[in-house]
Amino acid sequence: MHTALFWFLAAVSVISALGVVLQRNPVHCLLSLIVTLLAIAVMFIGEGAIVVGFLQAIVYGGAIMVLFLFVIWLLNLGVEIGPTGHIALKFFGTLAVAAMTAELMAFMLPPHLEVKYAGHVAGYGSIDSLSQKLFSEYLVAFEVTSVLLLVAVIGAVALARRTSASEIAQNADDSARRAQGAS
Amino acid sequence: MILIGLHLAIFLLYFERKGSALIQDRVGANRASITGLGKKFGIPNLGIVNTLLADPIKLFTKEDFVPAGADHFLHTLAPFVALFPVLITFVVIPFGDTITIGSRTFGLQAANLNAAALYLLATIGIGVYGVALGGWASNNRWALLGGIRATAQMISYEIAMGLAIIAIIMTYGTLDLQEMVRMQGGVWFGWLPRWGIFVEPIAFILLLTAGIAESKRVPFDLPEGESELILGYMIEYSGGKQAAFMLTDLAEQALIAMLLVTFFFGGWQVPWLYRDGFHLPGGLTIAVAPLLVSIAGIVAFLVKVVMVCIFMGLIRWTLPRFRYDQLMRLGWKILVPLGLANILITAFVVVVSGGAH
Amino acid sequence: MVPLPHLMALSAAIFAIGVLGFLTRRNILVMFMSVELMLNAVNLAFVALGSRLGTMDGQVIVFFVMTVAAAEATVGLAIIISIFRGRETVQADDLTMLKW
Repeated sequence: MHTALFWFLAAVSVISALGVVLQRNPVHCLLSLIVTLLAIAVMFIGEGAIVVGFLQAIVYGGAIMVLFLFVIWLLNLGVEIGPTGHIALKFFGTLAVAAMTAELMAFMLPPHLEVKYAGHVAGYGSIDSLSQKLFSEYLVAFEVTSVLLLVAVIGAVALARRTSASEIAQNADDSARRAQGAS
Repeated sequence: MILIGLHLAIFLLYFERKGSALIQDRVGANRASITGLGKKFGIPNLGIVNTLLADPIKLFTKEDFVPAGADHFLHTLAPFVALFPVLITFVVIPFGDTITIGSRTFGLQAANLNAAALYLLATIGIGVYGVALGGWASNNRWALLGGIRATAQMISYEIAMGLAIIAIIMTYGTLDLQEMVRMQGGVWFGWLPRWGIFVEPIAFILLLTAGIAESKRVPFDLPEGESELILGYMIEYSGGKQAAFMLTDLAEQALIAMLLVTFFFGGWQVPWLYRDGFHLPGGLTIAVAPLLVSIAGIVAFLVKVVMVCIFMGLIRWTLPRFRYDQLMRLGWKILVPLGLANILITAFVVVVSGGAH
Repeated sequence: MVPLPHLMALSAAIFAIGVLGFLTRRNILVMFMSVELMLNAVNLAFVALGSRLGTMDGQVIVFFVMTVAAAEATVGLAIIISIFRGRETVQADDLTMLKW
């Protein structure tokens, strides 16, 4: 990845990440989050993780975030009026985050962390190499994940369905659609 | 390549006005002309002036209106969020093989990504937001309803589309569109072109259906639904921004046509034409210069795309609109299982035949 | 080539912003979004380290994180919807049934 591209993407992702935290309208927060995710996806591609980068854009950008958008619409959330929550929590929370950031930076920034960069083998980050790993070394984890997804779909349907009999069918349909849209 | 896409979109607009008139036994757009030139020289006015000049000028000189209570920033942003992903998708479509002019060789594909099929899915997935935001930011119930319908529809049909594309990837064994088109050169049984549609007919139907739904054309135009939602998510848009939304739909249709041609109709491959010339089924061989072969490829690609566009236009003007529950049932209970079954069959065949294609 | 410490610092910064959002915002949906931010920051670290070490394992783990995040978002949003149905609120401070 070119250094200038990195600085640009870094600025975009940090500013939009701050946007998620600081904006009052949930839809605006969500849009900022989408921008962050896409910037990170481009960084993945720049780092050679081509397939994972595109998957990030498809799965996060194309599915999970739309799910969030639907829920915001469904709950009809408007702009938050006035500050919410305890001021003490915000104060100490910010302090704790500042301390954590300082510690992380102190650990990350020194150059001793730099790994001797060996250069990528041909096909690094391609779908071939990813699936080779996925279906040999990580096969069990892969199967467990598929079971997890199934459980999540069933759980989402069970949680979101209404009790009144007339609405059950229609509602189960809706949440199944949403759930599958996310997976 | 983007320019080709835009030109095709304009062509589609023309076709939509005159072609629909043809099918519905009307005359269609025929009023505008430049100082009556056509009439003076006895040329029948085909409405080209209408669609190429008059319509855009009319749209772009309208007042750019933002409704009260709307989210100004997002309202302005939405049409471009919708248009941008469609336009950047055009760059990966190969519209010809390499062309050699003088001593230099150019690849006829704007950007040769080796993960182009994934790139397609990603950009199409991002395209949902423009419509969704357009509907939400307008502060209008009809617009919001249209936006929700559009989002749900596009998400649902994106899955069918993804399943179709997965089957195609398995068939060709590559994510590179140029590579896919190259594999479709040559013939079976000495006469049948090795086009994808003969290998993956189910994927073709899936991609065609999902593609039309994705571009929100009739019979999947519920988000716009003129008789129910007036214009759906576009209701509060005027002038250039509405033009951007309409251009998005038309460009998406052109994009789907290009994808169908690339995946199923051999892209730029002309039947029986090879690097050195025609090898007709009867054993006849005609030599053709390499430069001509390259140009013939580009022409063939465009002709095929226009044919698919016309086919989609015919569908548009012959079928009535679905009801929303029918739409969802078609998407989730027919197309998705069909796509999964198709992947299973494809996987089985690929394993049994011991390799891709 | 971008130096690894820069990538790691960016990942740490986004993670910290995620934690900040989780601690200071009280809207459950925004808190949820902050969690997604943290997940993505960690994903970035995985990809950067994997890329420098020349292994695919980092990317495989990112793949799993994405899948689990999808499952988590599905269930989490379903929970939020059912909470909203019962209590008409998405403010975490109003959900005090388990508090004494």
